[in-house]
Amino acid sequence: MCGIVGLFLKDRALEPRLGELLTGMLVTMSDRGPDSAGIAIYRNLSDGQAKITVQSARPEEEFAGLGDALDADITISDTHAILLVAESRVTEVMNTLRERHPGVRIMSRGAAIEIYKETGLPRTVADRFDIPALAGSHGIGHTRMATESAVTTLGAHPFSTGPDQCLVHNGSLSNHNRLRRKLARRGVRVETENDSEVAAAYLTDRMAQGDDLGAALQASLDALDGFYTFVVGTQQGFGVLRDPIACKPAVLAETEQFVAFGSEYRALADLPGIAAAKVWEPEPARVYFWEH
Amino acid sequence: MQQLDLDRQSLREVNATLQAQSDHTNQPMWEIVNPKGAHAIACGLDADLDVTIRGSAGYYCGGMNKRATIRVEGSAGPGLCENMMSGVTVVDGDASQYAGATGRGGLLVIKGNAASRCGISMKGIDIVVHGNIGHMSAFMAQAGTLVVCGDAGEALGDSIYEAQLFVRGSVASLGADCIEKEMRAEHLERLAALLEAAGSTTDPASFRRYGSARTLYNFDIDNAGAY
Repeated sequence: MCGIVGLFLKDRALEPRLGELLTGMLVTMSDRGPDSAGIAIYRNLSDGQAKITVQSARPEEEFAGLGDALDADITISDTHAILLVAESRVTEVMNTLRERHPGVRIMSRGAAIEIYKETGLPRTVADRFDIPALAGSHGIGHTRMATESAVTTLGAHPFSTGPDQCLVHNGSLSNHNRLRRKLARRGVRVETENDSEVAAAYLTDRMAQGDDLGAALQASLDALDGFYTFVVGTQQGFGVLRDPIACKPAVLAETEQFVAFGSEYRALADLPGIAAAKVWEPEPARVYFWEH
Repeated sequence: MQQLDLDRQSLREVNATLQAQSDHTNQPMWEIVNPKGAHAIACGLDADLDVTIRGSAGYYCGGMNKRATIRVEGSAGPGLCENMMSGVTVVDGDASQYAGATGRGGLLVIKGNAASRCGISMKGIDIVVHGNIGHMSAFMAQAGTLVVCGDAGEALGDSIYEAQLFVRGSVASLGADCIEKEMRAEHLERLAALLEAAGSTTDPASFRRYGSARTLYNFDIDNAGAY
């Protein structure tokens, strides 16, 4: 199964409530996947600066002195930390992390994106990172019932394979190994054995070649084989795609204030103004995306 | 009217209350408030009840219904009225995939659109959709009637047996062994009756009829290579 939620705010007045609303939506979807949960949230966009979200199984040891060692501002949140650095230093800092800090995993990088994910139920994961208190412009959440790879923090969604990009997936892909090899030949690296991460990397690769989110999603209809409902985030955008067979459920809702996605209507039922929202099931093989 | 509240009562309590109503109840009118997309609302009813769900329902709403009238004042999730036996269900909004699957009788009315696999393996149910239906609808449909006032998606009626399909708009493609058929007087009469029962004023003469070419009924040695 797996449960997906997404919230893209059009009305900035709702931004302080993003974390709270997204958490409520995700907790409602808990019974679709109890293995792990994660949230990507786009917030505090600042020009010239970049955030690197890192995770460690031993945060006390690994995060102690990490900010000084990297010459970065560090904000620690349980097993995760956000490193704030000048945008020009992102590659250098990421290389240093990979070479000298093998106990620290890079979750995402970008001007706005932060990712928090762990094994466990959505309620537990959201409380560990105090997600309800986070303000932001848009966010995506996932609760996982594992099929294609192990139940680990790194196997949890969302996956981020490019700056300010992330993807969550309900379904399973059958050609991910071949696609992983193809991407590797092009120099695109993925961190895990997970099928969904390959889909994220594919979209990142398309966007690196100049596609916008919509065009990248359109291309994935030909490149990917399997079952999927994807929700994808970029710095300014939010996209949805279902495979042509469309077995995996999806509901979209739109009002003047927001666009919301849920694997089921239950996830949307408590959103403000939902009674007057336009609510519909996205068509199979049709790309939907919104940008700020 | 009796009220059941899913904010205060468990789903099991709500369904058990409705299932316990006998034919001779003097309280046939019920409403269910705060459905909020919950699953399996009003399943397994077996009495002449009139149940209104005040909002949207989730998976498997109205499954296995016998005789009851169920109204959904919103949309319904996947598996609406699965294996319905008799009675009437009316959904004001849309229905997700496989609405009316395997239904044996009764009337299912969807005033919005139905998604993929509407009426899959239907066995006698009548389904009227005021809007469009998705792909693979009426797959292996055996008996009953599917009426679509809008358009139908790909592979309509694939491997169909004896169900009758009426579509007013376009059909993206017909499935294996499904063909367009002549609309005769008895079909128009049947269609008019169903449209009236479903509260549609659409002109029966504006529909086309589809059904089985019956070429898959018996094994044909010329097709052996296809397996």
